[in-house]
Amino acid sequence: MALFSKQNKEVFTNPLNLDHPILGQVLGICSALAVTSQLKPAIVMGLAVTVITAFANVIISIIRNTIPNRIRIVVQLVVVAALVTIVSQILKAFAYDVSVQLSVYVGLIITNCILMGRLEAFAMQNKPWPSFLDGVGNGLGYAMILVIVGAVRELLGRGTLLGFQIIPDACYDFGYVNNGMMTMPAMALILVGCVIWVHRAYFYKEK
Amino acid sequence: MKLNTNSNSYIIIYSAVLVVIVAFLLAFVYQALKPMQDANVALDVKKQILYSLNIRNLDGAEAEAKYAEVVKEETEEDGQKVYVCDVDGQEIYVLALKGMGLWGGISGFMAIYDNNGPTVYGAYFNHESETAGLGAEIKDSQAWQEKFIGKKVFKNDDYSNVALSVVKKVDDPETQVDCVTGATLTSNGVDAMIKDGLKGLKGYAIIKIFESIASSDSTVVEPKAEEE
Repeated sequence: MALFSKQNKEVFTNPLNLDHPILGQVLGICSALAVTSQLKPAIVMGLAVTVITAFANVIISIIRNTIPNRIRIVVQLVVVAALVTIVSQILKAFAYDVSVQLSVYVGLIITNCILMGRLEAFAMQNKPWPSFLDGVGNGLGYAMILVIVGAVRELLGRGTLLGFQIIPDACYDFGYVNNGMMTMPAMALILVGCVIWVHRAYFYKEK
Repeated sequence: MKLNTNSNSYIIIYSAVLVVIVAFLLAFVYQALKPMQDANVALDVKKQILYSLNIRNLDGAEAEAKYAEVVKEETEEDGQKVYVCDVDGQEIYVLALKGMGLWGGISGFMAIYDNNGPTVYGAYFNHESETAGLGAEIKDSQAWQEKFIGKKVFKNDDYSNVALSVVKKVDDPETQVDCVTGATLTSNGVDAMIKDGLKGLKGYAIIKIFESIASSDSTVVEPKAEEE
Protein backbone atom coordinates (compact mmCIF):
# COMPACT_ATOMS: atom_id res chain seq x y z
CA MET A 1 0.00 0.00 0.00
CA ALA A 2 1.39 3.39 -0.94
CA LEU A 3 2.21 5.78 1.86
CA PHE A 4 -0.03 8.48 0.47
CA SER A 5 -2.78 6.47 -1.15
CA LYS A 6 -6.16 8.10 -1.61
CA GLN A 7 -7.41 6.37 1.51
CA ASN A 8 -4.52 7.66 3.63
CA LYS A 9 -4.96 11.16 2.29
CA GLU A 10 -8.56 11.09 3.39
CA VAL A 11 -7.50 9.90 6.83
CA PHE A 12 -5.27 12.95 7.05
CA THR A 13 -7.54 15.59 5.52
CA ASN A 14 -10.90 14.54 6.92
CA PRO A 15 -10.16 15.80 10.42
CA LEU A 16 -9.13 19.13 8.91
CA ASN A 17 -12.55 19.66 7.41
CA LEU A 18 -15.40 17.15 7.44
CA ASP A 19 -14.54 15.32 10.63
CA HIS A 20 -12.88 18.22 12.37
CA PRO A 21 -12.43 17.35 16.05
CA ILE A 22 -13.67 20.70 17.35
CA LEU A 23 -15.92 21.88 14.52
CA GLY A 24 -17.42 18.55 13.51
CA GLN A 25 -17.12 16.29 16.54
CA VAL A 26 -17.15 19.16 19.10
CA LEU A 27 -14.40 17.57 21.19
CA GLY A 28 -11.71 19.27 23.23
CA ILE A 29 -13.61 22.50 23.79
CA CYS A 30 -12.53 22.91 27.42
CA SER A 31 -8.83 23.38 26.80
CA ALA A 32 -9.59 25.38 23.66
CA LEU A 33 -11.24 27.97 25.90
CA ALA A 34 -8.57 27.97 28.57
CA VAL A 35 -5.31 28.46 26.68
CA THR A 36 -6.31 30.80 23.87
CA SER A 37 -6.13 34.21 25.56
CA GLN A 38 -2.78 34.70 23.80
CA LEU A 39 -1.34 33.33 20.58
CA LYS A 40 1.92 31.83 21.85
CA PRO A 41 0.50 29.40 24.43
CA ALA A 42 -2.19 28.50 21.90
CA ILE A 43 0.45 27.50 19.32
CA VAL A 44 2.47 25.53 21.86
CA MET A 45 -0.64 23.79 23.14
CA GLY A 46 -1.68 22.93 19.56
CA LEU A 47 1.76 21.48 18.83
CA ALA A 48 1.80 19.52 22.09
CA VAL A 49 -1.60 17.98 21.37
CA THR A 50 -0.57 17.17 17.77
CA VAL A 51 2.61 15.40 18.89
CA ILE A 52 0.85 13.51 21.65
CA THR A 53 -2.11 12.41 19.50
CA ALA A 54 0.20 11.26 16.72
CA PHE A 55 2.52 9.23 18.93
CA ALA A 56 -0.20 7.86 21.18
CA ASN A 57 -2.01 6.71 18.03
CA VAL A 58 1.13 5.02 16.69
CA ILE A 59 1.97 3.28 19.97
CA ILE A 60 -1.56 2.05 20.55
CA SER A 61 -1.79 0.94 16.92
CA ILE A 62 1.45 -1.07 17.20
CA ILE A 63 0.36 -2.90 20.34
CA ARG A 64 -3.33 -3.03 19.44
CA ASN A 65 -3.37 -6.79 18.95
CA THR A 66 -1.76 -7.50 22.29
CA ILE A 67 -3.99 -5.25 24.39
CA PRO A 68 -6.42 -7.23 26.53
CA ASN A 69 -9.86 -5.99 25.63
CA ARG A 70 -11.00 -5.65 29.24
CA ILE A 71 -8.29 -3.16 30.20
CA ARG A 72 -7.87 -1.38 26.87
CA ILE A 73 -8.98 2.02 28.23
CA VAL A 74 -6.48 1.69 31.08
CA VAL A 75 -3.69 0.86 28.65
CA GLN A 76 -4.63 3.84 26.45
CA LEU A 77 -4.61 6.12 29.49
CA VAL A 78 -1.19 4.88 30.64
CA VAL A 79 0.30 5.52 27.21
CA VAL A 80 -1.28 8.99 26.95
CA ALA A 81 -0.31 9.91 30.52
CA ALA A 82 3.30 8.88 29.91
CA LEU A 83 3.49 10.96 26.71
CA VAL A 84 1.86 13.98 28.37
CA THR A 85 4.28 13.82 31.30
CA ILE A 86 7.24 13.67 28.93
CA VAL A 87 5.98 16.65 26.91
CA SER A 88 5.32 18.59 30.10
CA GLN A 89 8.86 17.89 31.36
CA ILE A 90 10.33 18.92 28.01
CA LEU A 91 8.36 22.18 28.07
CA LYS A 92 9.61 22.91 31.59
CA ALA A 93 13.17 22.38 30.44
CA PHE A 94 13.09 24.25 27.12
CA ALA A 95 10.14 26.66 27.23
CA TYR A 96 9.72 27.51 30.88
CA ASP A 97 7.68 30.72 30.39
CA VAL A 98 5.17 28.95 28.18
CA SER A 99 4.87 26.01 30.55
CA VAL A 100 4.09 28.44 33.38
CA GLN A 101 1.42 30.08 31.21
CA LEU A 102 -0.12 26.76 30.23
CA SER A 103 0.12 25.60 33.87
CA VAL A 104 -2.29 22.74 34.50
CA TYR A 105 -3.57 22.54 30.94
CA VAL A 106 -0.58 20.54 29.69
CA GLY A 107 -1.38 17.90 32.28
CA LEU A 108 -5.03 18.10 31.35
CA ILE A 109 -4.22 17.00 27.79
CA ILE A 110 -4.61 13.53 29.33
CA THR A 111 -8.32 14.16 29.66
CA ASN A 112 -8.65 15.77 26.23
CA CYS A 113 -11.46 13.86 24.57
CA ILE A 114 -9.79 14.14 21.15
CA LEU A 115 -7.03 11.81 22.31
CA MET A 116 -9.17 9.11 23.84
CA GLY A 117 -11.64 9.46 21.02
CA ARG A 118 -9.02 8.87 18.31
CA LEU A 119 -7.32 6.02 20.18
CA GLU A 120 -10.58 4.19 20.74
CA ALA A 121 -12.16 4.94 17.37
CA PHE A 122 -9.16 4.74 15.05
CA ALA A 123 -5.87 3.44 16.43
CA MET A 124 -7.43 0.29 17.92
CA GLN A 125 -8.54 -0.84 14.43
CA ASN A 126 -5.88 0.52 12.07
CA LYS A 127 -2.23 0.06 11.14
CA PRO A 128 0.44 2.39 12.58
CA TRP A 129 0.96 4.61 9.49
CA PRO A 130 -2.71 5.58 8.93
CA SER A 131 -3.00 6.01 12.72
CA PHE A 132 -0.08 8.43 12.67
CA LEU A 133 -1.71 10.45 9.86
CA ASP A 134 -5.00 10.42 11.70
CA GLY A 135 -3.31 11.69 14.87
CA VAL A 136 -1.44 14.46 13.07
CA GLY A 137 -4.59 15.45 11.18
CA ASN A 138 -6.70 15.67 14.31
CA GLY A 139 -3.97 17.47 16.24
CA LEU A 140 -3.53 20.02 13.47
CA GLY A 141 -7.28 20.50 13.21
CA TYR A 142 -7.36 21.24 16.91
CA ALA A 143 -4.28 23.50 16.69
CA MET A 144 -5.86 25.41 13.80
CA ILE A 145 -8.82 26.48 15.92
CA LEU A 146 -6.59 27.35 18.89
CA VAL A 147 -4.45 29.57 16.65
CA ILE A 148 -7.47 31.34 15.07
CA VAL A 149 -9.15 31.96 18.42
CA GLY A 150 -5.86 32.84 20.12
CA ALA A 151 -4.94 35.35 17.41
CA VAL A 152 -8.33 37.10 17.54
CA ARG A 153 -8.35 37.22 21.32
CA GLU A 154 -4.82 38.55 21.65
CA LEU A 155 -5.30 41.11 18.87
CA LEU A 156 -8.56 42.53 20.22
CA GLY A 157 -7.84 41.93 23.90
CA ARG A 158 -4.29 43.24 24.09
CA GLY A 159 -3.54 44.83 20.72
CA THR A 160 -0.59 42.48 20.20
CA LEU A 161 0.29 39.27 18.35
CA LEU A 162 2.90 36.95 19.88
CA GLY A 163 3.71 39.85 22.21
CA PHE A 164 4.45 42.36 19.45
CA GLN A 165 2.26 45.42 19.31
CA ILE A 166 0.10 45.38 16.17
CA ILE A 167 -2.42 48.12 16.76
CA PRO A 168 -0.47 51.40 16.41
CA ASP A 169 -0.26 53.92 19.26
CA ALA A 170 -2.12 56.40 17.05
CA CYS A 171 -5.31 54.33 17.38
CA TYR A 172 -5.06 54.49 21.17
CA ASP A 173 -4.59 58.26 20.91
CA PHE A 174 -7.89 58.43 19.02
CA GLY A 175 -9.60 56.66 21.89
CA TYR A 176 -9.39 53.01 20.83
CA VAL A 177 -9.53 50.77 23.88
CA ASN A 178 -8.51 47.11 24.16
CA ASN A 179 -11.49 44.86 24.73
CA GLY A 180 -10.90 43.32 28.16
CA MET A 181 -13.79 40.91 27.56
CA MET A 182 -11.61 39.16 24.97
CA THR A 183 -9.18 37.99 27.63
CA MET A 184 -12.00 36.22 29.49
CA PRO A 185 -12.83 32.55 28.72
CA ALA A 186 -16.44 33.42 27.88
CA MET A 187 -15.37 35.24 24.71
CA ALA A 188 -13.44 32.15 23.60
CA LEU A 189 -16.68 30.18 23.69
CA ILE A 190 -18.42 32.82 21.57
CA LEU A 191 -15.49 32.92 19.13
CA VAL A 192 -15.43 29.11 18.80
CA GLY A 193 -19.17 29.36 18.09
CA CYS A 194 -18.50 31.94 15.36
CA VAL A 195 -15.77 29.74 13.83
CA ILE A 196 -18.13 26.74 13.80
CA TRP A 197 -20.80 28.89 12.14
CA VAL A 198 -18.45 30.16 9.41
CA HIS A 199 -17.18 26.62 8.85
CA ARG A 200 -20.69 25.19 8.54
CA ALA A 201 -21.84 27.99 6.27
CA TYR A 202 -18.94 28.11 3.81
CA PHE A 203 -16.64 25.08 4.07
CA TYR A 204 -18.68 22.13 5.25
CA LYS A 205 -20.03 19.83 2.56
CA GLU A 206 -22.41 17.02 3.36
CA LYS A 207 -20.93 13.62 2.62
CA MET B 1 0.17 -19.37 18.34
CA LYS B 2 -2.85 -17.41 19.36
CA LEU B 3 -2.57 -15.83 22.78
CA ASN B 4 -5.66 -15.68 24.92
CA THR B 5 -5.53 -11.96 25.61
CA ASN B 6 -8.50 -12.15 27.93
CA SER B 7 -7.12 -14.56 30.50
CA ASN B 8 -6.53 -13.12 33.96
CA SER B 9 -2.85 -14.05 34.13
CA TYR B 10 -2.20 -12.42 30.75
CA ILE B 11 -3.91 -9.19 31.85
CA ILE B 12 -1.92 -9.02 35.10
CA ILE B 13 1.43 -9.68 33.43
CA TYR B 14 0.61 -7.29 30.58
CA SER B 15 -0.26 -4.40 32.88
CA ALA B 16 2.74 -5.03 35.14
CA VAL B 17 5.18 -5.02 32.22
CA LEU B 18 3.57 -1.92 30.72
CA VAL B 19 3.73 0.01 33.97
CA VAL B 20 7.38 -0.92 34.60
CA ILE B 21 8.38 0.16 31.09
CA VAL B 22 6.54 3.48 31.47
CA ALA B 23 8.02 4.05 34.94
CA PHE B 24 11.58 3.56 33.67
CA LEU B 25 10.94 5.84 30.73
CA LEU B 26 9.54 8.64 32.88
CA ALA B 27 12.31 8.31 35.47
CA PHE B 28 14.89 8.57 32.71
CA VAL B 29 13.29 11.66 31.14
CA TYR B 30 12.97 13.31 34.56
CA GLN B 31 16.62 12.67 35.43
CA ALA B 32 17.85 13.83 32.05
CA LEU B 33 15.93 17.11 32.08
CA LYS B 34 16.25 17.98 35.77
CA PRO B 35 19.36 20.22 35.53
CA MET B 36 17.79 22.33 32.78
CA GLN B 37 14.54 22.67 34.70
CA ASP B 38 16.38 23.72 37.85
CA ALA B 39 18.29 26.34 35.88
CA ASN B 40 15.01 27.68 34.51
CA VAL B 41 13.47 27.93 37.97
CA ALA B 42 16.56 29.70 39.33
CA LEU B 43 16.51 32.14 36.41
CA ASP B 44 12.81 32.78 37.01
CA VAL B 45 13.48 33.74 40.64
CA LYS B 46 16.23 36.12 39.48
CA LYS B 47 13.84 37.68 36.99
CA GLN B 48 11.22 38.16 39.68
CA ILE B 49 13.76 39.93 41.89
CA LEU B 50 14.64 42.20 38.97
CA TYR B 51 10.92 42.87 38.39
CA SER B 52 10.62 44.02 42.00
CA LEU B 53 13.46 46.47 41.26
CA ASN B 54 11.41 47.78 38.31
CA ILE B 55 13.79 46.18 35.81
CA ARG B 56 11.47 44.43 33.37
CA ASN B 57 11.54 43.06 29.82
CA LEU B 58 14.91 41.34 30.00
CA ASP B 59 15.37 37.93 28.44
CA GLY B 60 17.48 35.04 29.75
CA ALA B 61 21.13 36.07 29.36
CA GLU B 62 20.45 39.79 29.87
CA ALA B 63 18.57 39.09 33.10
CA GLU B 64 21.41 36.88 34.31
CA ALA B 65 23.97 39.61 33.65
CA LYS B 66 21.84 42.35 35.17
CA TYR B 67 21.19 40.24 38.26
CA ALA B 68 24.92 39.69 38.77
CA GLU B 69 25.47 43.43 38.39
CA VAL B 70 22.69 44.57 40.73
CA VAL B 71 22.47 42.00 43.52
CA LYS B 72 25.42 42.30 45.87
CA GLU B 73 24.57 39.91 48.65
CA GLU B 74 22.06 37.23 49.46
CA THR B 75 21.45 36.53 53.14
CA GLU B 76 18.87 35.25 55.52
CA GLU B 77 17.63 37.01 58.63
CA ASP B 78 15.38 35.02 60.97
CA GLY B 79 14.43 32.73 58.11
CA GLN B 80 13.59 35.71 55.88
CA LYS B 81 15.54 35.93 52.62
CA VAL B 82 17.03 39.37 52.04
CA TYR B 83 18.82 40.41 48.85
CA VAL B 84 21.07 43.45 49.17
CA CYS B 85 21.04 45.30 45.87
CA ASP B 86 22.66 48.34 44.39
CA VAL B 87 20.79 50.14 41.63
CA ASP B 88 22.57 53.25 40.32
CA GLY B 89 24.30 53.80 43.68
CA GLN B 90 21.07 53.42 45.67
CA GLU B 91 21.15 50.69 48.29
CA ILE B 92 17.99 48.60 48.12
CA TYR B 93 16.88 45.56 50.09
CA VAL B 94 14.68 43.00 48.38
CA LEU B 95 12.68 40.81 50.75
CA ALA B 96 11.20 37.51 49.65
CA LEU B 97 7.57 37.16 50.75
CA LYS B 98 5.39 34.08 51.08
CA GLY B 99 1.71 33.86 51.91
CA MET B 100 -1.64 32.36 51.15
CA GLY B 101 -4.02 33.51 48.43
CA LEU B 102 -7.54 32.30 47.80
CA TRP B 103 -6.82 28.98 46.06
CA GLY B 104 -3.17 28.37 46.77
CA GLY B 105 0.14 29.85 47.74
CA ILE B 106 1.22 33.35 46.75
CA SER B 107 4.70 34.78 46.87
CA GLY B 108 6.43 37.98 46.03
CA PHE B 109 9.44 40.22 46.28
CA MET B 110 9.36 43.68 47.82
CA ALA B 111 12.19 46.14 47.34
CA ILE B 112 12.71 48.56 50.23
CA TYR B 113 15.00 51.59 50.30
CA ASP B 114 15.59 54.53 52.61
CA ASN B 115 13.67 57.69 51.82
CA ASN B 116 12.92 59.30 55.20
CA GLY B 117 12.31 55.83 56.53
CA PRO B 118 11.78 52.48 54.85
CA THR B 119 9.97 53.06 51.55
CA VAL B 120 8.85 50.68 48.81
CA TYR B 121 11.07 50.87 45.73
CA GLY B 122 9.09 48.30 43.79
CA ALA B 123 7.13 45.08 44.17
CA TYR B 124 6.38 41.89 42.28
CA PHE B 125 3.88 39.21 43.19
CA ASN B 126 3.40 35.68 41.96
CA HIS B 127 0.74 33.07 42.58
CA GLU B 128 0.09 29.39 42.03
CA SER B 129 -3.59 29.22 41.16
CA GLU B 130 -5.50 32.47 41.62
CA THR B 131 -8.45 33.15 39.32
CA ALA B 132 -7.38 34.45 35.90
CA GLY B 133 -8.49 38.04 35.37
CA LEU B 134 -9.25 38.59 39.06
CA GLY B 135 -6.82 37.31 41.69
CA ALA B 136 -4.21 36.61 39.02
CA GLU B 137 -3.99 40.36 38.43
CA ILE B 138 -1.55 40.57 41.36
CA LYS B 139 0.93 38.92 39.01
CA ASP B 140 -0.32 40.01 35.57
CA SER B 141 -1.02 43.68 36.25
CA GLN B 142 2.16 45.69 36.23
CA ALA B 143 0.06 48.78 36.92
CA TRP B 144 -1.16 47.30 40.19
CA GLN B 145 2.33 46.36 41.31
CA GLU B 146 3.49 49.87 40.52
CA LYS B 147 0.91 51.27 42.95
CA PHE B 148 3.24 50.13 45.73
CA ILE B 149 6.10 52.35 44.58
CA GLY B 150 6.82 55.14 47.06
CA LYS B 151 4.60 53.80 49.82
CA LYS B 152 5.98 54.04 53.36
CA VAL B 153 6.32 50.80 55.30
CA PHE B 154 5.83 52.43 58.71
CA LYS B 155 3.82 55.39 59.93
CA ASN B 156 4.43 57.95 62.68
CA ASP B 157 7.78 56.40 63.62
CA ASP B 158 5.98 53.33 64.88
CA TYR B 159 8.41 50.70 63.72
CA SER B 160 6.72 47.77 65.45
CA ASN B 161 3.58 47.74 63.33
CA VAL B 162 3.69 47.51 59.55
CA ALA B 163 1.46 50.26 58.21
CA LEU B 164 1.83 49.30 54.55
CA SER B 165 -1.40 47.56 53.62
CA VAL B 166 -3.77 46.59 50.82
CA VAL B 167 -7.27 47.92 51.55
CA LYS B 168 -10.62 48.40 49.85
CA LYS B 169 -10.85 52.09 50.64
CA VAL B 170 -7.66 54.12 50.71
CA ASP B 171 -7.74 56.60 53.62
CA ASP B 172 -4.02 57.17 53.82
CA PRO B 173 -2.30 57.32 50.42
CA GLU B 174 1.10 57.30 52.14
CA THR B 175 0.89 53.68 53.26
CA GLN B 176 -2.23 52.12 51.71
CA VAL B 177 -2.72 50.50 48.31
CA ASP B 178 -6.10 49.98 46.65
CA CYS B 179 -6.91 46.28 46.40
CA VAL B 180 -7.67 44.42 43.17
CA THR B 181 -11.32 44.78 42.14
CA GLY B 182 -13.17 41.49 42.39
CA ALA B 183 -10.31 39.82 44.23
CA THR B 184 -10.84 40.80 47.86
CA LEU B 185 -9.65 37.51 49.29
CA THR B 186 -6.49 37.40 47.19
CA SER B 187 -5.82 41.03 48.12
CA ASN B 188 -6.29 40.19 51.80
CA GLY B 189 -3.75 37.41 51.28
CA VAL B 190 -1.28 39.89 49.80
CA ASP B 191 -1.95 42.24 52.74
CA ALA B 192 -1.26 39.50 55.29
CA MET B 193 1.82 38.37 53.36
CA ILE B 194 3.28 41.90 53.40
CA LYS B 195 2.57 42.36 57.11
CA ASP B 196 4.13 39.01 57.88
CA GLY B 197 7.17 39.51 55.68
CA LEU B 198 8.01 43.03 56.82
CA LYS B 199 7.20 42.81 60.51
CA GLY B 200 10.72 41.81 61.49
CA LEU B 201 12.31 44.44 59.22
CA LYS B 202 13.62 46.58 62.09
CA GLY B 203 15.53 43.73 63.68
CA TYR B 204 17.51 42.76 60.59
CA ALA B 205 21.18 43.55 61.11
CA ILE B 206 21.84 43.69 57.39
CA ILE B 207 19.39 46.55 56.78
CA LYS B 208 21.06 49.85 57.54
CA ILE B 209 17.98 52.04 57.03
CA PHE B 210 17.23 52.03 60.73
CA GLU B 211 20.73 53.06 61.70
CA SER B 212 20.38 56.17 59.59
CA ILE B 213 17.03 56.93 61.21
CA ALA B 214 18.48 56.50 64.68
CA SER B 215 21.43 58.74 63.99
CA SER B 216 19.66 61.49 62.06
CA ASP B 217 16.32 61.58 63.79
CA SER B 218 15.98 62.86 67.33
CA THR B 219 12.47 61.53 67.91
CA VAL B 220 12.75 58.69 70.31
CA VAL B 221 11.80 55.36 68.92
CA GLU B 222 10.71 53.15 71.74
CA PRO B 223 12.63 49.91 71.43
CA LYS B 224 9.69 47.61 71.79
CA ALA B 225 10.49 43.99 72.20
CA GLU B 226 9.63 42.09 69.08
CA GLU B 227 7.01 39.46 69.58
CA GLU B 228 8.67 36.17 68.88
